[in-house]
Amino acid sequence: MTTTFKESIQEALANPNLRGALGRFSEAYRLSRAKAYEGMDFEAVRDSVKDVKAYGAAHLEELAETFKRNAESKGAKVFRTSSPAEVKAYILALCQERGVKTLVKSKSMASEEIHLNKHLEAEGIEVYETDLGEWIIQLAHQTPSHMVMPAIHMTKEEVTEIFNTKVEDGQMPDIPKLVKFARGKLRGRFLDADLGISGANIAVAETGSLVIVTNEGNARLVTTLPNIHVAIVGIEKLVAGFKDIQPILTALPRNATGQLLTSYVTIITGQTPNTDGSPKELHIILMDNKRSEMAADPKFKEALQCIRCASCLNVCPVFRLVGGHVFGKVYTGGIGTILTAWFDELKKADDIQGLCIQCGACKDVCPGRIDIPDLILELRRRLILEKGQPIVQKAIFAVVNNRRLFHSMLRAASVAQKPFARAGFIRHLPLFLSDLTDFRSLPAIAEKPFRDTFKAIKQPECKEKAAIYAGCLIDFSYPEMGEAVVKVLNKAGIQVLFPEGQTCCGAPARYNGAYETAAGNARDNIQALLEEEVDYVVSACPTCTVALKEDFINTFESLGVTDAMEGARALAAKTLDFSTLVKKLVDEGRLEFQDAAEAEVVTYHDSCHLKRTLGADQPPREMLRKAGYEIKEMAECDICCGMAGSYSLKLPELSAPILQRKLNNIKDTGARGVAMDCPGCVMQIRGGLDKLGSAIKVEHTAVRLARRLK
Amino acid sequence: MEKLFASFKERATAASAEVHRFSNAAEATTFILGLVQELGGNALWAPCPFLEATGRPEQAGLSYRVTREAASHAKVGISQMDWALADTGTLVQDATRVELRLVSTLSQVHIALIGADRFLPDLGSVLERIKPEQAGYLSLITGPSRTADIERVLTIGVHGPERLVIIVVEGVAA
Repeated sequence: MTTTFKESIQEALANPNLRGALGRFSEAYRLSRAKAYEGMDFEAVRDSVKDVKAYGAAHLEELAETFKRNAESKGAKVFRTSSPAEVKAYILALCQERGVKTLVKSKSMASEEIHLNKHLEAEGIEVYETDLGEWIIQLAHQTPSHMVMPAIHMTKEEVTEIFNTKVEDGQMPDIPKLVKFARGKLRGRFLDADLGISGANIAVAETGSLVIVTNEGNARLVTTLPNIHVAIVGIEKLVAGFKDIQPILTALPRNATGQLLTSYVTIITGQTPNTDGSPKELHIILMDNKRSEMAADPKFKEALQCIRCASCLNVCPVFRLVGGHVFGKVYTGGIGTILTAWFDELKKADDIQGLCIQCGACKDVCPGRIDIPDLILELRRRLILEKGQPIVQKAIFAVVNNRRLFHSMLRAASVAQKPFARAGFIRHLPLFLSDLTDFRSLPAIAEKPFRDTFKAIKQPECKEKAAIYAGCLIDFSYPEMGEAVVKVLNKAGIQVLFPEGQTCCGAPARYNGAYETAAGNARDNIQALLEEEVDYVVSACPTCTVALKEDFINTFESLGVTDAMEGARALAAKTLDFSTLVKKLVDEGRLEFQDAAEAEVVTYHDSCHLKRTLGADQPPREMLRKAGYEIKEMAECDICCGMAGSYSLKLPELSAPILQRKLNNIKDTGARGVAMDCPGCVMQIRGGLDKLGSAIKVEHTAVRLARRLK
Repeated sequence: MEKLFASFKERATAASAEVHRFSNAAEATTFILGLVQELGGNALWAPCPFLEATGRPEQAGLSYRVTREAASHAKVGISQMDWALADTGTLVQDATRVELRLVSTLSQVHIALIGADRFLPDLGSVLERIKPEQAGYLSLITGPSRTADIERVLTIGVHGPERLVIIVVEGVAA
């Protein structure tokens, strides 16, 4: 990461207004969005949106031509171009031919994308943004920090200051008055303007219609009062039929602002009468700017399913800390990272893709069913293909890919850490490593790894067998978790094997874009875990489980590896996360827990991969309750703890505040313990609470359940 | 119908619109004239089937000459809508005639008339009935103009009307 990028993060983190506003908004957003979808099947809605948009992306050329024909038959002029420069030239020439001196704009991200205002203003044309947020940032000479709420990063005091210095002195920081002031000032602009520019949320090929969604009513004025209307439309806005607008209009307001519908939806088809009775001159610019290239890319065509609702920003634990400007000047947040890489250039996304913590919260709410985290991983992979692996990472992965070397280094580390480790924790590290122990203690590497302690547990001979996949953290830091898993399974009459050939699951390599290393790890593990005939492969680490169950296959697919695919599928079919397997055994009547005289109150933290990738957020809760625990849910129980593997090493300045929020939510429940299913989360949360000197007991579900076996 | 109306009223009210219902045109007219008087300032009433059926009531400050100039000074704009959607509290209007747009975009208060027999369940049912080839400018209106662009604080009335008063009338032509 570049120094200037790290500085921009620091700057954003140091802005209390930004963090306050975004933090409050993200809390309110979750509730209002949920309420807006009450009584509806969101999965069905987004399936429809996805179908409509994916069809559009697959038929861009055909839909663009149909749209052009139909809009032109209604008197519109349609200009198709792939070049932003041509869009700007077209509008400038039009302004010059028609003697346009001032123009008003309603919100258009496409115009932001090509920096249109600057171009027109340089030629002496007065341009007024009329969306309140856009007007504010225009006056402040800033760029939008959010696709739906461009000025969300500013306080009313800052807005007042801008109005006072740029428009008219004497304004007070009173929001209704500031809004009235803007209404008054812009009203004259609407009435005087020679030309109006809008974007469009949807363009319908079948009818040549434009659909524009707003709340303020500015788009209605922009498209009614000036005698010329120019609409700038990215071609990914095309849908085939008129009925296709329904799913988009259902999802967009609900996902963007938690509204059932925005105050205004305007559908314009061809020329309409001007206020002087003349037919309006309507120009529609269909802008490609790399969208066709995206559509032709087998991975990234999915990103064209975006309807620009910005929900991926609203639920992102990183966005709510740093806001939009760290991401860039136009499109921000998760989808913005992807769009910047394409519309601008891949290189531009080099730093910002590193902001993604891979928690999957955005994927859960995306109305276009875009797997944003996966596409960001793909960006990572391509960036590394282009510029090569950073030298330090390369060295690390060379070790990780050599199982024997990796394991002997970890053993050596357990000795080397001695000066720093006390009672299982490393609380301070010297020099540049101190960032890592600044906000949490780290676990000491266990004296004896799980692979050694396992040998001491005598295994019963059973018909049913499970191979345990430990994963690095359990193997080398938390062997007690592995022992708990073995104890529980033995109790249910399952013999446990520890295949010695198992190694790192490859997640660290994959999440850093080093797919070749990840594929090497996958091959080693497939061979090791399928060597002996077993009924289950079980892991108490959700990230490892996802690797075994899904990512080995995904990595092979990305790299075009076919020879190992059969093994990957066979392994995936046998793999289960610990709590899901326990639930199965309890349901089959093979496991029972002790009756508790008094329930122990704990809260539960959802690990990202367990909840959002494996969809297994209920089994651990159910099992804990059966084992005599009462679960007191915390606020935002399913928001990432900030660990995310090497993320907390690369961006400790972001990992720390995300953890802080999690710790506060845990403490607020008053529970004396917190359970979770991921050793990575245990490391982060236990380390954070230890640093605070808290007595709250952080334990893996496996450890809690093993204690309560009948 | 009663179910559709009840849902419409609930949703429109939640979107900060005001909903009134009258059993005949005369009562609706009386209410509108009273509201116009109470609000003061100029009022503009755009051509619509309601007026064609009832004739144009006379009142000081109320005009039927809808021009850009008049609309930019009007406090109240009155127009008739074509459909009402129960599940979102939305009004739908073929606003191709520019007079219809002038009175509902520039005024501070928009009084929107809607026939009691014009209620539909949802967006899907109106999209089936709309022919965009025949209606160049369609407006879907849900509540008054709003913004939350400063500090996410909801503020009613930015560029469009700050009040939306919906008048549901029984027994009136569409």
